[in-house]
Amino acid sequence: MKNRNIRGDSAVYAFKNGVKAAVPIILGYLPIGIAFGMLAVNNGLTALQTTAMSIFVFAGSSQLVSIEMIASGAAVTAIIAMTFLVNMRHLLLSASLSLHLRDLPLYYYPFLGFLITDESFAVAMTKLKNVKNTQGYFLGLGLTAYLGWVFSSAIGAYLTALIPFTDAGLLDFVLPAMFIVLLVMQISDKIEITVALLAGFLSLFFALTIEGSWNIILATVTAAFLGVYLDGSR
Amino acid sequence: MEADKYIFMITGMLIVTFLPRFLPLMLLGKKELPQKVISWLSYIPAAVLSALLAPSILMDGGRLYLSLDNIALLAFFPTLLTAYKTKNIFLTVSGGLIFYLLLEMIL
Repeated sequence: MKNRNIRGDSAVYAFKNGVKAAVPIILGYLPIGIAFGMLAVNNGLTALQTTAMSIFVFAGSSQLVSIEMIASGAAVTAIIAMTFLVNMRHLLLSASLSLHLRDLPLYYYPFLGFLITDESFAVAMTKLKNVKNTQGYFLGLGLTAYLGWVFSSAIGAYLTALIPFTDAGLLDFVLPAMFIVLLVMQISDKIEITVALLAGFLSLFFALTIEGSWNIILATVTAAFLGVYLDGSR
Repeated sequence: MEADKYIFMITGMLIVTFLPRFLPLMLLGKKELPQKVISWLSYIPAAVLSALLAPSILMDGGRLYLSLDNIALLAFFPTLLTAYKTKNIFLTVSGGLIFYLLLEMIL
């Protein structure tokens, strides 16, 4: 509260601007969060467990992947390893954002870090250059998006727990569709296309030859090394 | 899901999603990672997404599913085009579901 007189106004102003910038993110989260809630409850989580997962994990694609793995009977260690792999990209997002969120009191960083997602990152990177109180802006942006994710998955989960939803066939394509658009958004050059094609091929190959759900981890790690090799010889 | 298994899973997921977001933000600031590491990390997103995608549309029940009856595979093409044109998660996911539904009705 001591800070209020020094920079309170500018922090509140930045926070509010961050909240406004999160509105399009929430609209995007709504269908995916609802779909996640439905899938989770249809695959054996309770509505409370589903909502708690969104509260504590807050990673849309990993959460959807974990549900698919639960459905296929994967080991919990495999689910955690996969979650790590799917979310490793956040190392890069976090490193880039650190350029804009320097020299803050240490207690800020766990909160700011937790709120980094592909979407909050994309919005923040275009806006933070023109913002004075970057931490206020990012907290407003991230917190609003976070609440949007938690609420939309809770809606999907509790609705499905109330009214058993049987149209799982349609929801089967939510995850592939999300992978497709995230992949397209990631790819910006030919090496990335080559790496993606190899990863897809290897993933199929390992899935057909190795037991368990390790095909994705093996394929990803191997294909990323091909990327480093091609990068070095370009 | 059983409570102890669930708590183990959530705790693990919390740690492995939180640390990659939190540690670089707190520690990096001015330091730089080695170039090879940055390069390797930069290919992880495309690789992992493709590794997840391929089996989700090309396999069913542990086997290859290359057939004109494979609705997910057929829906892949218009969905990819939508993703490429819009680069928008909401439009692509809802468009993809519509393509999937239409193909399911036709076939």
